Amino acid sequence: MLKIEKLSKSYNATKALSDVDLEVSKGIIFGLLGPNGAGKTTLIRIINQIIDSDSGSIFINGELLAPKHIAQIGYLPEERGLYKKMSVWDQMIYFARLKGLSSVDAKSKINHWLDRLEISNWKQKKIEDLSKGMAQKVQFISTVIHNPPLLILDEPFSGFDPVNAEIIKNEILALKEKGTTVILSTHRMESVELLCDQVAMINRSKKILDGTIKQVKSSFRPEVYSITIDHLVQMIPKEWAAKQEDSSFHFTLPLSGKTPNQLLHELMEYGEIMKFQEVIPSMEEIFIHQVKASENG
Amino acid sequence: MDKIWLVIQREYLARVKKKSFLLVTLLTPLIFPAIMGVFVWIALEEKDNQSLRIIEVIDENKLFFLESSDQYAFSFSNTTVEEAKELVQNGERYGFLLIPKIDLKSPMGITYYGEENPNMNLINYLENNLKKKIEEQRLFESGIDPKIINDVRTKVAIKSITLDDQGTETVSDATVNYAIGFLAGILIYMFIFIYGNQIMQGVIEEKSSRIVEILVSSLKPFQLMMGKILGIAAVGLTQLIIWILLIGTLTTVVTGFLGMQMPQQQAMEMASSDLGQSMPNSELGDILQMLSGINVTEIVLCFIFYFLGGYLMYGALFAGIGSAVDAPSDAQQFMLPVTIPLIVAYMGLFVFVLNDPNSTTSFWLSIIPLTSPIAMMGRVSYGVPGIELALSMGLLILGFLATTWLAGKIYRIGILMHGTKPTYKTLWKWIKTNN
Repeated sequence: MLKIEKLSKSYNATKALSDVDLEVSKGIIFGLLGPNGAGKTTLIRIINQIIDSDSGSIFINGELLAPKHIAQIGYLPEERGLYKKMSVWDQMIYFARLKGLSSVDAKSKINHWLDRLEISNWKQKKIEDLSKGMAQKVQFISTVIHNPPLLILDEPFSGFDPVNAEIIKNEILALKEKGTTVILSTHRMESVELLCDQVAMINRSKKILDGTIKQVKSSFRPEVYSITIDHLVQMIPKEWAAKQEDSSFHFTLPLSGKTPNQLLHELMEYGEIMKFQEVIPSMEEIFIHQVKASENG
Repeated sequence: MDKIWLVIQREYLARVKKKSFLLVTLLTPLIFPAIMGVFVWIALEEKDNQSLRIIEVIDENKLFFLESSDQYAFSFSNTTVEEAKELVQNGERYGFLLIPKIDLKSPMGITYYGEENPNMNLINYLENNLKKKIEEQRLFESGIDPKIINDVRTKVAIKSITLDDQGTETVSDATVNYAIGFLAGILIYMFIFIYGNQIMQGVIEEKSSRIVEILVSSLKPFQLMMGKILGIAAVGLTQLIIWILLIGTLTTVVTGFLGMQMPQQQAMEMASSDLGQSMPNSELGDILQMLSGINVTEIVLCFIFYFLGGYLMYGALFAGIGSAVDAPSDAQQFMLPVTIPLIVAYMGLFVFVLNDPNSTTSFWLSIIPLTSPIAMMGRVSYGVPGIELALSMGLLILGFLATTWLAGKIYRIGILMHGTKPTYKTLWKWIKTNN
């Protein structure tokens, strides 16, 4: 669906993106991760043709990115807003027409979405008279009104209350079911693990990591095991820093070059093994670890 | 192009549909005729209700006799100063005039006493009257009969005719030309300021409500900027046309109504004081000839051109400024380069152009694009050589292209910048940036 090759962009002396490669396949939710100021927004703005890149190329379905692709992308920026004095209806018509929809087409699509998100009764209200949650629904509809095959959402859940965030999350999943490709830029890892099929991480203008969630997680296995031993027959070394709870002891140990079976065998001498489980890092931990690593090195 | 059109429509409808637009558009033209009407009405009422004011005169020279008028009567009852003061204090006299023994060559010490502050009218009336009397007295003393002076007093009116290259003669009148230039210049000046500010406010609103990033993902920033400028221009033109129609109709109605109310005699007086004691028929013919001598089509076309040209050129600058700042209060620092040429043009119109449309200063003011929209209108009614007009218009178009290009560069980057307060240096950097 989207292929990015050696994309670079700098603002005066500051590098925003250096030689970024990315590939997003059709019909997935792709998480674009990175701390603030990493270059995510720059990348997204370049895909949306709001700014130009210095070098590199972008392809959509194999075609070099061109002005006609504007109609194929739906974009919800992190910094977003609506005309406060305009009615819900007029506003949506305006956005839909700017995306190239005919007046008739725009009207039927808007009606469909207003019904779907249950805000039909609010059509003629001005945005300033709506509650925040309702305005956010309007904002979301404006982004998807032209049925874009590619949807780019920058921090889509920021500012949403939990109820609306849930509604929007379900809408995103429903769009994915219909074949829409979604790029989700965020630094909230819990939504990444829940929604994304694939991720890429950007820090300080460079891509530092990408792959499916499973791939990423497995490549970041710290080779540490969480262990619980009961009915001790031999004292556990102090340096393991075990926590005692009744007769059980909980602690973690790295493999330190051994195989899991070797480690397990050694541990069996201390007592009865109640639990022996590999510690799998959360995306949050990987994120923090990677950001720190790339900053130190 | 389609997208610019969509933006124009939105900007136009969003403003025209507002109640405040309707109010301002309909009420403003009512205000002027209403104020005019009230003043004329008050003046007429006052004239009717005013009682005659009696002023006591003590003339120690025994020389002056002041004729009474509609408003003031003069009494010479040989009172002493103390008696006269008393008459004023107990309200029997409106005031009293003391003319001590004076040297006719340099009359000094003439004093007016009154219970209330005398108005300018009265003082002027007294001064003029005394001046005339003293002059007459001095003529008489030099052995000249004042009647002879009255007889030789002559009224001269110069009729001016402009000759063009083809030898066509056009009767012109400086006052009418002045009025046309004055009105057109002020209108353009106000229009640029009021609607330029609307452009700026609109850009700031889109920027601060964070709607702009959504918009520029659907169309080019330049399209958005031009759409806004053109949409607001259409609002301004709509307003102007409604005003012209309304003011025209209302003025006709109001003056027609007052004309019927005004007693014949007063109307005559007002007319004669405006146009001189008498107006021979040939002069009336000249006025008609003069009015037909004004090239209405040329003036109207020039007005529309400079009106739009000036607005578009400055409008781009206002849009550029709006895009660079986060709030209207931050815009102040960038307003100077925009307001200074406008004020120079405005001042120049009064100080130079209208007084001498063909001076070097007037020429340059009407050629340089930043001042020409206002200054040239001061010259057009007097007649401007075709080549100068073409040069000025050509440069204005270039000026418009230049400011739009410049503003486009600032706009494109500025609208996406939040939280930083740009300086002239940053703006310059943006202009130099290629993408």
